[in-house]
Amino acid sequence: MTTRMDTRPPVDDRPPPLHGLELARWAWRQLTSMRVALILLFLLAVAAIPGSVIPQSDVNPLNVRDFRARNPTLSEWYDRLGLFDVYSAPWFAAIYLALLVSLVGCILPRCWQHWKAVRAQPPKAPRRLSRLPAYRRIEVDAAPAEVLAVARAELRSRRFRLRRPGADGDDDAVAAEIGHLRETGNLLFHLSVVVVLLAVALGGLFSYRATVLVPEGSGFSNQVIQFDSLSAGALFDPADDLPPFSMDVESFTMEFVDAGNQIGQPSHYEATVSLVREPGAEPETHTIRVNEPLDIDGTSVHIINPGYAPAFTVRAADRETILAEGPVPFLPDDSSFTSTGVVKVEVPPELGDDIGIQANFLPTAYLDENGPRSVFPGARNPEVYLTAWHGDLGLDDGRPQSVYRLDTDDMEQYSADGEPFRSRLAVGDTVELPDGRFITFDGYVTWVNLQIGRNSGRELALVGAVLAVVGLMGSLYVRRRRAWVRASVGPEGRTVVEVAGLHRTEGAAGDRLADEIGAITDGLLLRLGGAKEKRED
Amino acid sequence: MDLDAVAEWSRYVVVVAVLVYLAAWLAFCAEGGLRSRIRRSGEAAATDRSAELVGVGGSSTTAPVSGPGGVDAPDTDAELGPRADRLGRDGRVLFGLATLVLAVGVVMRGVGTGRTPWANMYEFSITGALVASIVFLVLARTVVGKVVAVWAVLLIFVTVGLAATFLYVPPGPLQPALQSYWLVIHVGCAVLAFGLFTVSAVVSALQIASERAADRGRTTGFGASLPDSAALDRLAYRLTAIAFPIWTFGPLILGAIWAEVSWGRYWGWDPKEVWALITWLAYAAYLHARATAGWKGSKASVVALVGYATVLFSYFGVNILFNGLHSYGGL
Repeated sequence: MTTRMDTRPPVDDRPPPLHGLELARWAWRQLTSMRVALILLFLLAVAAIPGSVIPQSDVNPLNVRDFRARNPTLSEWYDRLGLFDVYSAPWFAAIYLALLVSLVGCILPRCWQHWKAVRAQPPKAPRRLSRLPAYRRIEVDAAPAEVLAVARAELRSRRFRLRRPGADGDDDAVAAEIGHLRETGNLLFHLSVVVVLLAVALGGLFSYRATVLVPEGSGFSNQVIQFDSLSAGALFDPADDLPPFSMDVESFTMEFVDAGNQIGQPSHYEATVSLVREPGAEPETHTIRVNEPLDIDGTSVHIINPGYAPAFTVRAADRETILAEGPVPFLPDDSSFTSTGVVKVEVPPELGDDIGIQANFLPTAYLDENGPRSVFPGARNPEVYLTAWHGDLGLDDGRPQSVYRLDTDDMEQYSADGEPFRSRLAVGDTVELPDGRFITFDGYVTWVNLQIGRNSGRELALVGAVLAVVGLMGSLYVRRRRAWVRASVGPEGRTVVEVAGLHRTEGAAGDRLADEIGAITDGLLLRLGGAKEKRED
Repeated sequence: MDLDAVAEWSRYVVVVAVLVYLAAWLAFCAEGGLRSRIRRSGEAAATDRSAELVGVGGSSTTAPVSGPGGVDAPDTDAELGPRADRLGRDGRVLFGLATLVLAVGVVMRGVGTGRTPWANMYEFSITGALVASIVFLVLARTVVGKVVAVWAVLLIFVTVGLAATFLYVPPGPLQPALQSYWLVIHVGCAVLAFGLFTVSAVVSALQIASERAADRGRTTGFGASLPDSAALDRLAYRLTAIAFPIWTFGPLILGAIWAEVSWGRYWGWDPKEVWALITWLAYAAYLHARATAGWKGSKASVVALVGYATVLFSYFGVNILFNGLHSYGGL
């Protein structure tokens, strides 16, 4: 045992084992290094790609549903990897948090260093100025002390920071520095990026966004139960955070390009609303357009998308008793607003069974061998093509139902002459159902889908973003550089003036520094010339 | 002449510009061909001369070693040099002319439609090409820029050519979502940054070629004909340093403000937003790479080209492949 022990190499030759603390320090140095920051930037860019390719449930839930229906097995895997919610997936968060930590870990020490650098004196002149990348040498008649005084004035007028004179024995030279704003800008940029990220993250906790579909002539009040959809941050409180307004859409107009090659393109949407800010307040009239939302105490109301709501009256067999009436929102299927929808008519038992109408609304109807369709989104020739069912709509059994789809499990389609019952109605037309009841197509109104929402923290995010750009420009356009002027008595009794410069910014072009040193020298000569003339006077 | 006709006619003006760009490119190519001939014959002459010297030094043969090339080359050079200069000048004049014609076309489109000419892919492409063209023209006054101009003209010729054929959208009014002064600034900044990134990408590509040629000690061929790779590196960096803040400000920040006004949220992971961010990250990586030891030169240029690939994808890819909120391309 002992002999074997002796043959082992001396312990000192092995690399020292990494203790926990050293390992942590090593990891921290790696994480805050530029190379890792570079890798993380790339990783984040690559990680963002799938979210633009695969449908995202918080961007377009309908597309996600379609995708799931078409690719059930693939969807399972996507779910496991969080690919339907890339931007809230843990692995995505891991990358940007690592980047954030790396950024902060890199920036904070640099802030401290920069603070020290700004307070420090510019370094004194190197012994041999002629070795510096930019160098000029001239001879003048003025005394060295006068040259140095003039050099101070010249450099100060160029906004250089000067080294305190006579600091430690370098009386023969002036040392100056400029461009600390570069690093200031750099730090400001990175800190501002952190501010933006925090504003987005914290603001998201308090934000909310809801949609509500409102037919022309009706309204809603700003309460959760009235919304068709609501997405909100974790700290959103429906009781306190919703301003207590209510709103009626008095009119909603859509205009479309009606001639030329872009015929049918929407050209203008406008909603005129009557707003009651709180219960009991006076109604105010406002207009909402696509790029002009209505702002109500920090909550904004936007137009999202429009559609048509055809109006029907359903009467009992006596032609008098109205079973249902009013506009029903239909969903557009194409850019010409060929719209589909259903009308659910719950009928009291003594007047027969329920009626379900399934219909297409065509704002500008056109019929050819391909069947009926709309050829223009404006309502130039509105028609309805419908079929109807009777039986039990199933509205009382407590199961939630879509208002845009009929549950025909307990219903039977009307038929006439052995064919399913179908009818085509223009405005004002009435059709008699096979069981003797009547449907009248009264006309239509428009509807508008309004989005009500608040983006908390948006002001802070904006301030952060603007500061980031300001800092970025400082860090890209300011060059940090040093300049020295030395004046000494030459062998011929004249004063030898050496002007030299050094770039502290990597990759900067040398010719600009040379130009600047030339300009400083010329400025010196100009000032000295002026001084000489004064003396001669 | 009514405004619609002005807008329609602008297309023909743009097509004329495409043809003038082609002429400018041919002139530059002819110049490049002549210059490489001069370089080759210069080297051949140098080899001949050294062969001659060896011959004389050896003095074993009495016959003078002088090939036909050795005698003719200097005369041809004297003639070729001015011809190349003339062609280069012609090329630059044509380049300037093409830029002017394109500018007229873009302005006519703007006047004819009564708005800033960058509301669909056709308009964005011709205006972006105009920005790149003007930047290249300014650069063409420098030595480095002269070399870059050849490739610039080709790129602009292809871009405007594609725009006038595949991407063409007849003039028409804007849909409601685009009727905003934000279109002017947000998309305007995007066009500007797009043009600058394009110029910068050309310079980066040439930087890689130049550095490779230098590394392999080539003295002839394409890479050797390029300016010093460090000069190209600096030029590419400066162009990116101008474009990057514009990209941050226009597409990202102003885009977020407009999205908040128009859609009620300032960031919603729409494909266009995602790709604008990816582009931003890629160029941020480029700027960091240039500040990192061991990543300078062609490595950083590769990062810049990756960045430009994401610019192209944000523009063409997102408009053509994805169906997001930014579906204004008109395709």
